[in-house]
Amino acid sequence: MKDNIVIVGGGIAGMEAARQLLLLGYKPILVEKSDHLGGHVADWHCLFPDMTPAQDVVKGLVEQIKDANIFLETEVSFINRMKMGYNVMFSNGVNVICKAILLATGFDLFEASRKEEYGYGIYDQVMTNRDLERWFNTGDDKRITGKDIKKIGFVHCVGSRDVKAGNQQCSKVCCITAIKQAMEMKERFPDAEVYCFYMDLRLFGKKYEDFYIKAQMESGVHFIRGRVSEVSENMQGQVIIKTEDTLSGKPAKITLDLLVLMAGIVCNKQAVQTASMVQVQTDSDGFLKSKDNILNIIETGSKGVFLAGTATGAKTIPETAAEARAAALAIHNYLVAQS
Amino acid sequence: MMDFGFSISPSSTMNLDKVDLTLYDRLCSIEPDARKCMACGSCSATCTAGPWTGMSVRKVLLDIQRGKDKEAAAMLKGCMLCGKCTMVCPRGINTRHLILSLCRIYGEDAK
Ligand code: SF4
Ligand code: SF4
Repeated sequence: MKDNIVIVGGGIAGMEAARQLLLLGYKPILVEKSDHLGGHVADWHCLFPDMTPAQDVVKGLVEQIKDANIFLETEVSFINRMKMGYNVMFSNGVNVICKAILLATGFDLFEASRKEEYGYGIYDQVMTNRDLERWFNTGDDKRITGKDIKKIGFVHCVGSRDVKAGNQQCSKVCCITAIKQAMEMKERFPDAEVYCFYMDLRLFGKKYEDFYIKAQMESGVHFIRGRVSEVSENMQGQVIIKTEDTLSGKPAKITLDLLVLMAGIVCNKQAVQTASMVQVQTDSDGFLKSKDNILNIIETGSKGVFLAGTATGAKTIPETAAEARAAALAIHNYLVAQS
Repeated sequence: MMDFGFSISPSSTMNLDKVDLTLYDRLCSIEPDARKCMACGSCSATCTAGPWTGMSVRKVLLDIQRGKDKEAAAMLKGCMLCGKCTMVCPRGINTRHLILSLCRIYGEDAK
């Protein structure tokens, strides 16, 4: 089969779709703007709910898509609509005529420094979920390495469910990520007290509630219901956070040696630009707009343009992979109908 | 001194750095399920004594987690040990047993 298919984005969605398309006998062209495949997952250490090493997931997929045409450090420069498909120009000068395009453009992690009141980039002992995963991977971070860490706090919903941050939606995966990371920190610092500050605990996925109970029972993580309102620094370089303990109905404060911000999932701005080249608009939540949000999440209003993964909103890895498979099948059906 | 009609009220802010968790830890060592509470309030909602005495298993557990042992002890006096709370707890905590264990700890301390 000679039909060209362009996949934009080499994260989980793009790779899984490429894998399925290869199995269906196509030879997709995959473009990835960074110098490696795997997207955000490549920066992660272990994945809930079974603590699977993130590298295993990424490597497993990379291994299986070797036969695809992969361009790293490449972006889409422009796309022209033609009678039978699209003419796609890449930043590396390659020009492709294709019949179908899959936008697997993923998400951006919310820039935690925008929530200035939490002090990321201002106070020494504040980090993000991604920084902590990097430390799990490298063991190198001046906020942790060689420090006496006795009290650790996790702030849920940083840049999520927050009109002021421009993101009303829930990022879905931060609650479970916070609990995962809280337990991982407790393992590394058994004498430390670990606190999670949450508004709701949205533990919707398979085995997530088990994780929560394990965090309570085995790790002794303290869950305090209330949104952190502000963070300050004391002379010792620790951070003091203010919140309401809403279950007690009283304001509360606590001093911590390390504060981890659960930066949320927001739409990838660059993807919005690429999508606009093929007349795919954004939905009211800022993510790419599907044909409809029930049975046609994968299709768009533009013929031959498909979506998969977090380009349309926050998603877990299994959800992303399932969508990618569905997108590969939708593309196959589309191409069959065309010929 | 002139009375201007002002007074200084103490701050209601809870300083979580100063919470004494001795009782909570003791309770958890004999009733590990105490850690499992997710503050759903089923126990308090169903409690027959609650509306008249202020008894609430949820609040007892919260107070102990915040080091407010006296408040928890006062609340426990309202319990009539009927066990309805145990029947509704979605986390399967044997709350009645937990209440008895807590009373035993308080009883030992009073000796
Ligand atoms: S055992 Fe005590 S706390 Fe539980 S429902 Fe009965 S009176 Fe209320
Ligand atoms: S019913 Fe159980 S989980 Fe719910 S508040 Fe009471 S003790 Fe906690």
